[in-house]
Amino acid sequence: MTGAEPRVCVLRMEGTNCEDEMAAAFREVGAAAELVHVKQLSAAAPAHLRRDLEDYDILALPGGFSAGDYVRAGALFAARIKSSAGAALRRFVEAEKPVLGVCNGFQTLVELGLLPAMGDAMPPAPEAALCTNDSGRFECRPTVLRMDNRGSCAFTSGIPRGALLAIPSAHAEGKFASADPDIVERLEDGDQIAFRYVAPGGGPARYPWNPNGSASDIAGICNPAGNVLGMMPHPERAISRFTHADWTRGYSSEDGDGKALFASAMRAVRPRS
Amino acid sequence: MTVIDIRIELKKGVADPEGSNTKKTLEALGFKGIESVKTVRIFEVSIDAPADEAKARGEEMCKTLLANPVIQSYGVSVR
Repeated sequence: MTGAEPRVCVLRMEGTNCEDEMAAAFREVGAAAELVHVKQLSAAAPAHLRRDLEDYDILALPGGFSAGDYVRAGALFAARIKSSAGAALRRFVEAEKPVLGVCNGFQTLVELGLLPAMGDAMPPAPEAALCTNDSGRFECRPTVLRMDNRGSCAFTSGIPRGALLAIPSAHAEGKFASADPDIVERLEDGDQIAFRYVAPGGGPARYPWNPNGSASDIAGICNPAGNVLGMMPHPERAISRFTHADWTRGYSSEDGDGKALFASAMRAVRPRS
Repeated sequence: MTVIDIRIELKKGVADPEGSNTKKTLEALGFKGIESVKTVRIFEVSIDAPADEAKARGEEMCKTLLANPVIQSYGVSVR
């Protein structure tokens, strides 16, 4: 490390998982990633452990079952972040630094109000929810995503529009819901849809290719500024070809399909490199 | 000490797979005539506050953490 690498805060707490994969994914594309416990953001943390969000360029919320999914998936993690560093998080988001939430991290971003955030960047109450999958089960399976963003999202700038990515899903609550009946149209109009589930080859995703029943096959959305992305599938689990679902069946790239998201985020914080 | 009873339930139209699967299982066990089964969650919060203040605090707790207004409604009573 030269000290010039973008700094990534991978935030964790009891029950998060894939934080190591998340940090490894960012390191793979040249970032300095650090695992930070949510307690370390609190002013009450001992000085040598205390971390400040302002010292980081990218924030990543990993998957898992933070706080045992008690109350609701992501609700307690969101409340802990708000109470430790709510104002710093708002400044981070308003400075348009990239924020990625995967799976439980997506649920947490929604509980924080950071997505879809069509009005205020961080409203006091959630404006959406990730509901129990239509199947009523935890769905752990390969999924195929189509990149549908038209240019707003910091995490998809290096991915051609319409590209298909094999990125696995593993969740029980991933069905995107809002009280607004026109939500899909509004997300579309605001270029806030990043990824949709599709069938292999790109056709419409019926179950199980849409594993949760999300309207319009929504798999990932960003905020209006495009710097906050939440998605149910796990790009950090698809960094190398060896974790690609088809790596023994003719998959030729050295990289997994998830790597391009992390590389895109690096471009957003290092525009000239 | 005042006890706040907080009841969180899914709004109408939000799928409740735990409830519907429980209904199926109860029927499989021979329970007849079940119209529906729905899951609700109760929080009991003991608090050192007079009843009217406790009720207001309970509602605030729902708004800030216990209920997601998109999919859940809440009821608060005190005793």
